Amino acid sequence: MKKLTILSPCGILGYGFPDASFAYGLSQKPDAIVVDAGSTDAGPHKLGARTAIVSRRAAKKDLLRIIKGGCELGIPVLIGSAGGSGGESHVRWTMDIIEEILTEHPDWQPKTAVIWADIPNEAILAQLDEGKVVPLDALELPLDEQVLGQTTGVVAQMGIEPILEVLQAGADLIVCGRAYDPAPFAAVGVLHGFDLALSYHLGKVLECGALCCNPGTTKDCMLGVLYEDCFEVYPCDEKRLCTPTSVAAHTFYEKDHPYLLHGPGIAMDLSLCSFEALSRNRVRVKGSRLSATDPYQIKLEGARKVAYRTFVVAGVRDPLLVSQIEEVEVLVRESVQEQYPEIERDAYSINFINYGKDGVMGSLEPEHSVGHELGVVFEVLAPTQELANALCASVRSTFMHYGYEGRKATAGNLAFPFAPSDIPFGAVYAFSVYHLMDVDSPTALFPWQWWERGGSNDKTV
Amino acid sequence: MTRLYELARMLRSKNSGPFLITLDLFFDDLATYRRVVESGVLCEATLNSCYQLAAGQLLGIYFFESALGIKITYRRPVSSGTCGDRDVYGAQQHAPLMNLLIP
Repeated sequence: MKKLTILSPCGILGYGFPDASFAYGLSQKPDAIVVDAGSTDAGPHKLGARTAIVSRRAAKKDLLRIIKGGCELGIPVLIGSAGGSGGESHVRWTMDIIEEILTEHPDWQPKTAVIWADIPNEAILAQLDEGKVVPLDALELPLDEQVLGQTTGVVAQMGIEPILEVLQAGADLIVCGRAYDPAPFAAVGVLHGFDLALSYHLGKVLECGALCCNPGTTKDCMLGVLYEDCFEVYPCDEKRLCTPTSVAAHTFYEKDHPYLLHGPGIAMDLSLCSFEALSRNRVRVKGSRLSATDPYQIKLEGARKVAYRTFVVAGVRDPLLVSQIEEVEVLVRESVQEQYPEIERDAYSINFINYGKDGVMGSLEPEHSVGHELGVVFEVLAPTQELANALCASVRSTFMHYGYEGRKATAGNLAFPFAPSDIPFGAVYAFSVYHLMDVDSPTALFPWQWWERGGSNDKTV
Repeated sequence: MTRLYELARMLRSKNSGPFLITLDLFFDDLATYRRVVESGVLCEATLNSCYQLAAGQLLGIYFFESALGIKITYRRPVSSGTCGDRDVYGAQQHAPLMNLLIP
């Protein structure tokens, strides 16, 4: 019977996975190793500041084992959303690590290709003029030339089409910029002639590693096997159970709808799927459905800098202060504003979070019990780091010594766990682009090129 | 009456992209799942009250029997990880549901 096996080592490249699980995965003779490296979960900062989501050390540990496995078995290795956000800088960060690994292991010589996912502003503006760019999820997210100019760089999630082209060209190692998480998995299935819906659904399950198991984790390996009319999944660590409910439930994860999913040019409907236990940890899935959307839409993502932050972490134990913390914070804020009459008050903001008193939920908090101490985080958001630092230092010194009503402890109001207490955070970003854009071609905006070892590898397209 | 968290096998919140939060509830068996669904407690009015949602903020309450799961999705008041957000991953927004009483 025709079948195809894909090994997913972990849920995010750099999260790590047990050696024993990976060895078991390789022993099952997979036809490809595919790993997703991306997420927007950590907020807009990674995309805006061009930083990675995991450490270089952690990424290298995983890449080393994955590339070794791919080279030894002679099977392709695909990495989705390289570097976390999948922008050019994130792809180059990943390639720098790969270059280092290949230099250390000259016997490994994978034919390597990168697929870019950076979308030029001109391409967006042209579609915007024709009303073919609409905000996704946000009620309002105005997009124009000015916003694009302030945005670090826009990426879009690629579908299977660009990846399929590179697989067909014979690449061994494919590093994708931003990709729809299941797409690199689905591309391998479609390359070998398997059903698009099953391939995408399998990708959706595998892209999180062993998260579809009990206990679930992104830090362990998972195997998927495609057949003509179904697919099967099973973990590489026998301590994990994989059950019909755990696999069915996994489609809920981080999605707005339990069984309708949207990707580049596709809509998936998993409502009629059947999930069948083949053993205690192996599940067969049938009935995944998918339709092509018209027009083909891609999801754009971009972030811009909106402020600089300086913050302080402190503790409050004095019951007289705990009982009136919010009132005192208002007075501290007003005092600092009065200390800087030369700075417009709406040019900056001073914010307090009192952990132990509505710290997580803010005004949504339904419970109103207060403990014997509070963790206080205060921040200043300002247009420059210098201004944020200066104002935050004044908030800290004012708060430390503020003579609130009924105070007995005249030596100091705050317990700082660290010296120095004031932490310059750097820039704060916001998602400025989170839109769907109609495109005529699923591949035109995702050019690919062979990666030349030690070369400049300027974008050729 | 039983508290919702005592009936659920899993009760969690998480981002669905930077602008939405999604709440997932899973149950161990069909009877418990149906008890919660048929109680009608998880309705628009309850959600609006728990999360002080304005008109248009609640996107849906979805019941998916084959997974024994319920999903609720709403728009975030502040997008993930920017000024004013207090929960970048949206991972601790489920608590207001936990003590809802189910007949």
